[in-house]
Amino acid sequence: MSSMKAVNDCQPSFVRGLWALTRRELKKWLNDPVMLVMFILQPFIWMGLLGKSMNISGLFSADNIKLPPKISLPGYAILSPPGLQEVVLDGAVLSQILAEISSRIMEVAFGVADYFSFMAVGMVSMIVTITAMFSGMSIVWDRRLGFLDKVISTPVSRTAIILSKILNAALRAMFQATVILALAYLLGLRFSPTFTPLNLLWIYTAILLLSVGLSSIFIAFSIRSTRMERPIQFVNLITMPLMFSSNIFFPASLMPEWMQAVVRINPLTYLTDIVRHLTILPIDVTALIVDFMYLSLFAAVFATIGVVLAWKYLTR
Amino acid sequence: MIKAENLTKVFNRSLVAVDHITFNVREGEIFGFLGPNGAGKTTTINMLITVLKPTEGTASVLGFDVVRQSNEVRKAIGVVPQEFTADEDLTGYENIMLCADLYGIPREIAKKRALELLELVELTNFKDKRVETYSGGMRRRLELACGLINYPKVLFLDEPTLGLDVQTRIAVWEYIRRLRKEYDITIFMTTHYLEEADTLCDRIAIIDHGKIIVIGSPGELKDGLGGDVITIAVRENADVTSIIQEVENVKNVRKENGLYYVKVVEGEVTAPLIIEALRKKGYTVTRFSLTEPTLNEVYLEYTGRAIRDMEGSNAEIMIQRLHLRRARNG
Repeated sequence: MSSMKAVNDCQPSFVRGLWALTRRELKKWLNDPVMLVMFILQPFIWMGLLGKSMNISGLFSADNIKLPPKISLPGYAILSPPGLQEVVLDGAVLSQILAEISSRIMEVAFGVADYFSFMAVGMVSMIVTITAMFSGMSIVWDRRLGFLDKVISTPVSRTAIILSKILNAALRAMFQATVILALAYLLGLRFSPTFTPLNLLWIYTAILLLSVGLSSIFIAFSIRSTRMERPIQFVNLITMPLMFSSNIFFPASLMPEWMQAVVRINPLTYLTDIVRHLTILPIDVTALIVDFMYLSLFAAVFATIGVVLAWKYLTR
Repeated sequence: MIKAENLTKVFNRSLVAVDHITFNVREGEIFGFLGPNGAGKTTTINMLITVLKPTEGTASVLGFDVVRQSNEVRKAIGVVPQEFTADEDLTGYENIMLCADLYGIPREIAKKRALELLELVELTNFKDKRVETYSGGMRRRLELACGLINYPKVLFLDEPTLGLDVQTRIAVWEYIRRLRKEYDITIFMTTHYLEEADTLCDRIAIIDHGKIIVIGSPGELKDGLGGDVITIAVRENADVTSIIQEVENVKNVRKENGLYYVKVVEGEVTAPLIIEALRKKGYTVTRFSLTEPTLNEVYLEYTGRAIRDMEGSNAEIMIQRLHLRRARNG
């Protein structure tokens, strides 16, 4: 016994430390089903209420407009041949034409015939954003409660401490995004014929990239803050503009030009685009490559910044 | 085991928390930092456990420099922080195993050790209960167990009984004594409880405003004040000053209104000797009392104020601690 006590058998390993810290976070998360439901509830309500109420395709539908069976046009509206007094159109035919036009408009603007599918897919980006931000911020609690100081006093790798937060954010986001997609499907999301369950793997990769980038920003932002209120306020402030300045609710091509510029830098745009192409739209390989490249760059840059800043703090 | 030389920490370039302190902790002893809240105790610990970098000066633990060889230091020490840092949402066992993972202790060894340590702090029956259901004393014991998972050579205890009630406090002292005996480790602790420093520590450093004012064993510090005072009266009407004076350890004798005030070193040992000496010469002692100086008087002597002025209610302590944390975190 005493000989064993004399031996110091610490062999700190990066992977083990990282996994231990990540597992702690995941356990805490699973232990709190109320929070889990709350997180999912928000995008669920959005897509259920906003997605269903913004029935854009209904705007043009003949049922909605209720054309009379006969529609007369004054003669001067007809340019050729000239001289006609009045022209009478068949309302039923016109309805068909309108329906045709409306579905063309939807196809061109949204890529799909129903707005709900378009918007529900965007909720994946929403939940990834919120989850990544809040998980990154949990470092404030660890700091306030002294847990962070205790971890720093152990030989575990400092990088593992920071990466565990990032990894935790990514894993949570992946899980919640899956739940959201399943809920959207139940509410009437229509997958494109090119959708296969294998596409989910790519979606997870994209979610991982976005959450790495976003959670790093938040770790760097909140690691010096001793109070929870400020980062929470910041999340509230930034979530809405981030979502509205992306293609989650509306296609970027129809926005004013200055707005399009913002949409193009917003990483949420790229995740939304990836998820759309892999679920409700036909696959467009070129677009996907561009999207993945952008997200990878975003993740790499901000993870580096986040780790460097956090490292500086941890070794002060 | 621990060496600090001119160790200094300045926060935000202006707040001097620790001011050029130099001390040495010997192998196997319990060394206490005694001082009021805000004296620089926790900052000192944080530098020794490699959480904070010193602004100036050097420190080493087990011969490893806390800055240059911080990883070696971390492997060899155990830390029990002031706060309850165990994760509330995990069980006691899960918390200890988390610590084991951070230290990279081989799984099989860690499992055995976790159970052994839980047994030591008498938490075996609660090991699978979530920490949020634990009482303050149980949490403190769990922290102790976590701090021992790597069988540290040196254990750092920051205010180990802060906020605990008197009974729990005494129980925690008992655990600390047992740790030292069974795991033969050196303990560095901070406290602002005089009684705790007095009963637990082999040597004490009194720290105030970031400076060490005096270092010594509780006995030495008290003796430094001039020793104990024995008050004696004899039935006979003769002057016995010279007889008392000749007894070993007696420093001086003063006679006043028929009473002899005797200043001595180590009062408990010397008192019987004086009585014996008087009896041999045929005198009968009719009155006797022994007053030992307390650490409180030592503290008063060195800092110019009583430490209890510094103690507040638990709520005050919490608030003060929060302010301190903010200052430290800058």
